[in-house]
Amino acid sequence: MLRYTIRRLVQLVGVVLVLSLLLFAWMRLLPGGPVSALLGDRSTPEKAAELTKQLGLDQPIFVQYIKFLGRAATGDFGVSTGVQPGDSALDIFLQRFPATIELSFFAIVIAIAIGVPLGYLAAKRRGGWFDNFSVIGSLIGVAVPVFFLAYVLKDAASVGLGLPSQGRQGDINATRVTGFFTLDGVLTGEWDATFDALEHLILPSIALATIPFAVIFRITRAAVLDVLDEDFVRTAEAKGLTAQLIRRRHVLRNAMLPVVTTIGLQTGALLSGAVLTEKVFSIPGVGQALAIGFERRDYPVLLLLIIMATIVYVVVNLLVDLSYALIDPRIRTR
Amino acid sequence: MALLEVRDLTVVFQRKGEEPFRAVDGVSFDVEPGQTVGLVGESGCGKSVTSLAIMGLLPKRGAKISGTVKYDGTDLLKLSDKEMRDRRGRDLGMVFQDPLSSLNPVVPIGLQVTEVLERHRGLSRKEAMIEAKNLLDKVGIPDPNRRLKEYPHQLSGGMRQRALIAIALACRPKLLIADEPTTALDVTIQAQILSVMKELVQDLGTALVMITHDLGVVAGLCDEVNVLYGGKVVEKAMRHKLFAEPRHPYTHGLLASIPRLDAAPGEKLTPIKGSVADNIPWEHGCAFAPRCPNALDVCVQVTPPEEDQLGRLLRCHNPVVPGTPAAEEVPV
Ligand SMILES: Nc1ncnc2c1ncn2[C@@H]1O[C@H](COP(=O)(O)OP(=O)(O)O)[C@@H](O)[C@H]1O
Ligand code: SF4
Ligand SMILES: [Mg+2]
Repeated sequence: MLRYTIRRLVQLVGVVLVLSLLLFAWMRLLPGGPVSALLGDRSTPEKAAELTKQLGLDQPIFVQYIKFLGRAATGDFGVSTGVQPGDSALDIFLQRFPATIELSFFAIVIAIAIGVPLGYLAAKRRGGWFDNFSVIGSLIGVAVPVFFLAYVLKDAASVGLGLPSQGRQGDINATRVTGFFTLDGVLTGEWDATFDALEHLILPSIALATIPFAVIFRITRAAVLDVLDEDFVRTAEAKGLTAQLIRRRHVLRNAMLPVVTTIGLQTGALLSGAVLTEKVFSIPGVGQALAIGFERRDYPVLLLLIIMATIVYVVVNLLVDLSYALIDPRIRTR
Repeated sequence: MALLEVRDLTVVFQRKGEEPFRAVDGVSFDVEPGQTVGLVGESGCGKSVTSLAIMGLLPKRGAKISGTVKYDGTDLLKLSDKEMRDRRGRDLGMVFQDPLSSLNPVVPIGLQVTEVLERHRGLSRKEAMIEAKNLLDKVGIPDPNRRLKEYPHQLSGGMRQRALIAIALACRPKLLIADEPTTALDVTIQAQILSVMKELVQDLGTALVMITHDLGVVAGLCDEVNVLYGGKVVEKAMRHKLFAEPRHPYTHGLLASIPRLDAAPGEKLTPIKGSVADNIPWEHGCAFAPRCPNALDVCVQVTPPEEDQLGRLLRCHNPVVPGTPAAEEVPV
């Protein structure tokens, strides 16, 4: 297990290196660039040349890349040119990361908490109206674009239910400890701050949860259908065990194996969904920074954020694989 | 009074867009306390469906069950789901064909044994573990303490089936149903498993319904034998009587098709021609007629009734005359 983990982490380093090189080259192939984005209408050839030199963009790409790697090794990922000009890219990431994690975490929790039980029920009532209804519902969940749903929720639910239509901004009047709004309130005992942060998270996390929910629902349903046909479920029934015990120990424990894998793969969808959701609800997270960074060609910020997203994705999937081994002894004891 | 009284048990599978299929067609048999009764027949003749109907394990939808299954005087078919759950594993145990797929791959063996003890005997987890160790010991699993912590894939096929036997007998049920318990195992292991089962049911005084397609299994085990064909019992007799003097052409054919140790070298086995087909086999005459060497014209017109012949039940218009050697090749 340990060797496996180490091997995966070494692979991760390779992935990050290759990815950063590709990103580096790709960004410089994009039309426009930080110089025209920064100068805008006031651009003159002289000013542009000066700024290009100042940013080091006049050097050959591979020289720029080597320099970037050298600086990155010391924790210096460059200075933002577009998102928050002048701030270091790393600071921007650290400031914004907690909001995105919070949003994604609540979204995946909602998706699991609703998707798994509904998937189980639909499988148990295969072919019934509940099953048909929720299968269609999950299809809609996948098909409706996140940003559309986000706008609908924002307008309809915030008016109808009086929920905040925007995410929590950085201006909150509360003690910051970890940078996670919900957690800080708990740590400092400022419960109203936690409550306020949660309230602001409801609509955005629901919007972000729809696709993972639909996928988790469908995978759970299919997995439970498979497991219900297994001989060991019949053995459990032949023992006269209670329906609850059979569900928990024999059906769900086996059906969770594919679901756990799916949850890992959904992190990718979650990160891309966060870009749209944060934009619609004006949440000052990584996704918002990515969107702005792309518009303004903020190379250092884009590079760092995309690499960090990749690392998160790979690490989450590593954790998923490890927990898979925890559930499935056939892998653990091999 | 018999421990188990099955009367006119009929199971019809009804699927959307398909003809109803009569898998079990009026099966009746008794099992006395401590007795071993065989249900024998080729694959597809309704043995498993019969046993699942007795256990209340057929799918709720799509299977229409009629008749009665009296256990100690109570009709199991009339019990609620909850009442049946209280009885399964406690009054009736069951062992299935494939020991690997019949055990939960992600739950340790120990828990799969203790859960039934906790459920029906009210033991704590700790007490149940001690009992589970004794049980594994009894079914001949070496080093039971280690095995309790292991998972099914770490055990051999024979050991898995031993564990399943331990589970089925954990609450000392009065009735054990074994559905082809040795079919999925190596030939060398089969005899060991059968002798473990035989020993245990004798010790516990448990009655056994042994389901098999293999008359060799019946020969060493059963007091009474029911031969099934197309969902009906075609011949029922005490074991020695059935083996010494098979009267139904199907039974006769089955006996002729098993290898015998005392066969002369070069003597040919005579397999039964053809195979079972048809969704309501007994509707027009005898279901065995297309394969039967004794078939008469009446066989395809009138369904043979069940007749009691001196302690033997027989469903045939033209039974085999005692002493007839195995039929030669039958023209098809
Ligand atoms: N759930 C089911 N739905 C429809 N048909 C079934 C079902 N279970 C069994 N059958 C059919 O019933 C017949 C008897 O099956 P079974 O009792 O399993 O035979 P066997 O004697 O080999 O155990 C077979 O033709 C089988 O296809
Ligand atoms: S009834 Fe006729 S066809 Fe059927 S087994 Fe007897 S002799 Fe053969
Ligand atoms: Mg069978």
